[in-house]
Amino acid sequence: MARPFTPIGQPARLALGVSFFALFFATWAFFTLGGFVSKTFLADPWTMLRDGWVLLTRFDFLTDIGMTVWRVLGGFVMAAAVAVPLGIAMGAYKPVEALLEPFVSFARYLPASAFVPLLILWAGIGESQKLLVIFIGAVFQIVLMVAGQVGQTRRDLVEAAYTLGASDGGVIRRVLLPANAPGIAETLRLVLGWAWTYVIVAELIGSSSGIGHMIIDSQALLATGKMIFGIITIGVIGLISDLCFKALNRAAFAWTLA
Amino acid sequence: MTSAGDAKLLIEGVSRAFVGPRGEGTVALADTDLAIATNDFISILGPSGCGKSTLLRIVAGLDRPSTGRVALNGRVVTAPGPDRGMVFQSYTLFPWLTVGQNIAFGLRERGVPPARQAEVVDAYLGRMGLRGFEHHLPRQLSGGMQQRTAIARALANDPDILLMDEPFGALDNQTRGLMQELLLDIWERDRKTVLFVTHDIEEAIFMASRVVVMTARPGRIKADVPIDLPHPRRYTIKTTPAFNALKARLTEEIRVEAVAAASAG
Repeated sequence: MARPFTPIGQPARLALGVSFFALFFATWAFFTLGGFVSKTFLADPWTMLRDGWVLLTRFDFLTDIGMTVWRVLGGFVMAAAVAVPLGIAMGAYKPVEALLEPFVSFARYLPASAFVPLLILWAGIGESQKLLVIFIGAVFQIVLMVAGQVGQTRRDLVEAAYTLGASDGGVIRRVLLPANAPGIAETLRLVLGWAWTYVIVAELIGSSSGIGHMIIDSQALLATGKMIFGIITIGVIGLISDLCFKALNRAAFAWTLA
Repeated sequence: MTSAGDAKLLIEGVSRAFVGPRGEGTVALADTDLAIATNDFISILGPSGCGKSTLLRIVAGLDRPSTGRVALNGRVVTAPGPDRGMVFQSYTLFPWLTVGQNIAFGLRERGVPPARQAEVVDAYLGRMGLRGFEHHLPRQLSGGMQQRTAIARALANDPDILLMDEPFGALDNQTRGLMQELLLDIWERDRKTVLFVTHDIEEAIFMASRVVVMTARPGRIKADVPIDLPHPRRYTIKTTPAFNALKARLTEEIRVEAVAAASAG
């Protein structure tokens, strides 16, 4: 048996990570190019890339990408602006927690995607509907996770601050916020990842632009290459935004790594 | 013995009972009276779980007594404040602040001008042997250095009394000895009033002018032993006959309680 938890070097880690991607594409190519799967249902990797190139050069796919990114960021920023202060208040003040926690715990299980038809009735099929789907999907999650974070603030640090003469406001500003800022940033990074799944759902129904719209359009034409290219595009953008967020958090909260 | 009249800190009839999860009451601290004079260094010695930390937390204002009251300079304690500096057993430096910023925390919170803050920080960096570490984060320091910073942070506020809850409990023996000498040196020079909780007999005797022994739970004061060893004390005093006689006496006192605590579970 191999010994559990044995560390591996950075080059080996990179090589293993890349090799699985290679294996994935090789398997895909084998089944599609080898003729084991009908071209109608699954395009091969080269067709996918060619379709992607056509999308980017002839069908203005970059605008679709831009629309989707803006929707995700817009809805996400709105949700964060509401949820972070609310979560902090809930975590710090027990009456606020008692008031909101039961409702928010219930609301987080309302599926954002199920709101799409309702939101179309309320807000039409314009941008506000897309933003609202992201907002609903993200806001309750952020509230609860931030409240949980803040509720776990190290009490000994809070007590130390009081014995040093800090006021209640001082404890919030100079202990509670800095102590929880890294955790809150990490929560936002996580929820941003989820927001990507909501935006596509919002774009699949009643939309005239965006990556989701392109995917549903391509379905009618059986253009599986384009559909897969759209899905992979989302994955790549999600990965990039995640890495950026991670790097940003590391730079902003260096003290957690020291 | 300090009379109630000239006491700096007065603990009168203080007790603390906790209510358990099933509604059962536990008395952590039985009726306690203690008077502490200005410039006293009192060690509170007792087995684990005897309520000595509870007593200290009540003095700090972090816990409320079930009965009785604590008064500092004649004013009843109701909440924590910068007049009672506290050093905890766990490392409680703010991990996002540098050593210098940690020491300045209380000063900044009280609106002391930045130039004055810098002076005080600089003075304590020197006194605590932390020079060169001003810009380090707590995580980059050894346990001993973290506790030195914590002491500096409490002293920077110039408190009336310094409350210490087993501050060297997590340190290795050698570091612990050095920290005791450092604290004793500060006390001998500044004549701060100190209330020091510990379960280490040698530590209690070495620094204190009085050792208060507490019983096993529910905690009560069992003995109040004056330590008449001359000052300034050096670590070599720990091997003198007078020191050993005190150690033998306190060992006897505390052993009975440790046995009682162990059999009570």
